[in-house]
Amino acid sequence: MKAVCWMGVDKISVETVPDPKILNPRDAIVRITSTCICGSDLHLYNGFVPTMEQGDILGHEFMGEVVEVGPGINRDKLKVGDRVVVPFTIACGNCFFCKSQLWSCCDNSNPNYWIAEEIMGYSPSGLFGYTHMLGGYSGGQAQYARVPFADVGPLKIPAGIPDEKVVFLSDIFPTGYMAAENCDIEPGDTVAIWGCGPVGQFAIRSCFMLGAERVIAIDRIPERLQMAKEGGAETINFDEVDDLIQLLKDMTGNIGPDSCMDAVGMEAFGHGIGYMMDRTKQMLRIETDRPIALREAIQACRKGGTVSVPGVYGGFIDKVPMGAFMNKGLAMKTGQTHMMRYMKPLLDRVERGDIDPSFVATHRPPIDLAPEMYKMFRDKQDQCIKVVMDPWANGARAAA
Amino acid sequence: MNQTSRIHGRHRGNGNAQGIQRWGSLIGGSALAIYGLTRRSPVGLALATLGGVVAISGAKANALEEPATQSSVLINGSPEEAYRFWHDFEHFPLFMNHLESVTVTGQGRSRWVAVGPLGTKFRWDAEIVNEQTNQSIAWRSLPGSEIEVDGYVQFEPAPGNRGTLISARIRYRPPAGALGHAVAKMLGKDPNFLMRQDLRRLKALMEAGEIPTTDGQTHGPRSVTAAAARFVDPDRPFKGDVEVAEVFSQLRRVS
Ligand SMILES: NC(=O)c1ccc[n+]([C@@H]2O[C@H](COP(=O)([O-])OP(=O)(O)OC[C@H]3O[C@@H](n4cnc5c(N)ncnc54)[C@H](O)[C@@H]3O)[C@@H](O)[C@H]2O)c1
Ligand SMILES: [Zn+2]
Ligand SMILES: [Zn+2]
Repeated sequence: MKAVCWMGVDKISVETVPDPKILNPRDAIVRITSTCICGSDLHLYNGFVPTMEQGDILGHEFMGEVVEVGPGINRDKLKVGDRVVVPFTIACGNCFFCKSQLWSCCDNSNPNYWIAEEIMGYSPSGLFGYTHMLGGYSGGQAQYARVPFADVGPLKIPAGIPDEKVVFLSDIFPTGYMAAENCDIEPGDTVAIWGCGPVGQFAIRSCFMLGAERVIAIDRIPERLQMAKEGGAETINFDEVDDLIQLLKDMTGNIGPDSCMDAVGMEAFGHGIGYMMDRTKQMLRIETDRPIALREAIQACRKGGTVSVPGVYGGFIDKVPMGAFMNKGLAMKTGQTHMMRYMKPLLDRVERGDIDPSFVATHRPPIDLAPEMYKMFRDKQDQCIKVVMDPWANGARAAA
Repeated sequence: MNQTSRIHGRHRGNGNAQGIQRWGSLIGGSALAIYGLTRRSPVGLALATLGGVVAISGAKANALEEPATQSSVLINGSPEEAYRFWHDFEHFPLFMNHLESVTVTGQGRSRWVAVGPLGTKFRWDAEIVNEQTNQSIAWRSLPGSEIEVDGYVQFEPAPGNRGTLISARIRYRPPAGALGHAVAKMLGKDPNFLMRQDLRRLKALMEAGEIPTTDGQTHGPRSVTAAAARFVDPDRPFKGDVEVAEVFSQLRRVS
């Protein structure tokens, strides 16, 4: 089959590899019909998350049709022919964490848990196509994928709803939604969101669903700010302001946003000497992550407010304003998304017509163009916001 | 069970060596259905046993007090279920990788086979010396065994109705102390780590009915260096371009 492989930092190629096979009783094989590139994949592409290996198959946002199920799967739960969206977190369904709905913390899905333990004390769940430290599972930017614990994760999708409307249930819609939930929104609240990538876009819309009155969205890419505006947010282009924190104060009667969200993660851009120091340290690998948005979010948040962090961090950061965090009495909520908590309710919302998630997709190329698409998405060329690839389209170098 | 055979460098094992396939088992009520077990690579076995058995011997060679490996694990299940599973020693090779087989011979006795360096097999017979139903089991090798082993496991209801806390302690007195010491030093395996691995596999088996794995999964072309590293030590996980150690040294430099 065709698969998008990580071949080194900045090196993505589409390779022909053997088809996946069932390895454990609760596995299933899915024939993939749509698969996306995520902001998280860019952290791998740029080499900022350790424990990738040449030849790893990328991709954790995919959907398709079940073509094979293992002997441990109850056919009432999943059978050949089912159309499913696969969540990016892998969870057993029966450990303390799964039972507590903390799906992305499952204790039994990461065979390499001990590598993660070295860095984080305890290991989160395994993820598709996202480093050996998080399981080393081959991902879903391919024609087929092996899905472990397939009786727990995959969400069945009724016929008739097109892929574009549901494929983002595999990650970014639930991620934006959980990030909004983590803002502890009360009616009338103002939320400031750093990052208007796909996660930020879904977060904006979810904040309104959860009762926020104002959302202030921050980025510097015009088309992303435009999309944020279409979602009802007020926008700030941080390239055009000298003092973002002061501007947020001015916009909120010197109270500050009730919640601040970092939907940027470890590769934030910024200005000035602080940013240059972070960049240099990250390049020298003295600091693994560049926490510019996180620092600003803490600084800008009103007293007693909440900081929500869907943005991914991999290691260690410098100069977190802990004094501000402590003295203002803030709370912070974060995590890889507890997917299975949100997929079904959000599918219901899609079916009801509350939201059509396909608004975020800007490119629908065949999978053969993955290398170009990674580059385009990372460098924000061609107004690219979200790439959904077709693994079966006749590839060649057709236009996207 | 191959999972355990991953041991590498200073004190860690892993979960994605190549070419080994293992089916987990499904536990439904009291029925244990094993879908089939295939053997791990000889090198893996060798290393596993080196780590699990000989390393302890090495440590013991110059210590009067025998060190025991011990650890605990929380399992979402009742003490009864955990006790029942553990009580059948024939289940051990499902989650203890250095064991090739355990055969219950009756009257609380069992015959154990572990695989050591270069495929050497170690055998010993053991008997249950004490057991409290649903609470604890203690066993010990019979006199005259190649390896002296004693083990103790305890099952307690976990606080907050979170299932069962299994605490295990196993002590080995290996065959050749001095040799064991040399080998252990060379490989630097950590028996406590191996025991944690074993218990994690047990947990997965009991909670999920299978042990997570990526062994044998499809992937793209690996690099020549990775292939070479795997050839030399199939159980050493290859950590890609950026070593975790780097992250650690970063931590040190930063703080
Ligand atoms: N928690 C989870 O489970 C989860 C799931 C998916 C993605 N993520 C993470 O969420 C983050 C966003 O994902 P995405 O797909 O939207 O990525 P993306 O790269 O498309 O979007 C990031 C956006 O942040 C903007 N940005 C950069 N620096 C900024 C700054 N200083 N202030 C404001 N905006 C800034 C960029 O211009 C870009 O538009 C990533 O870190 C990703 O890894 C987390
Ligand atoms: Zn994603
Ligand atoms: Zn679990």
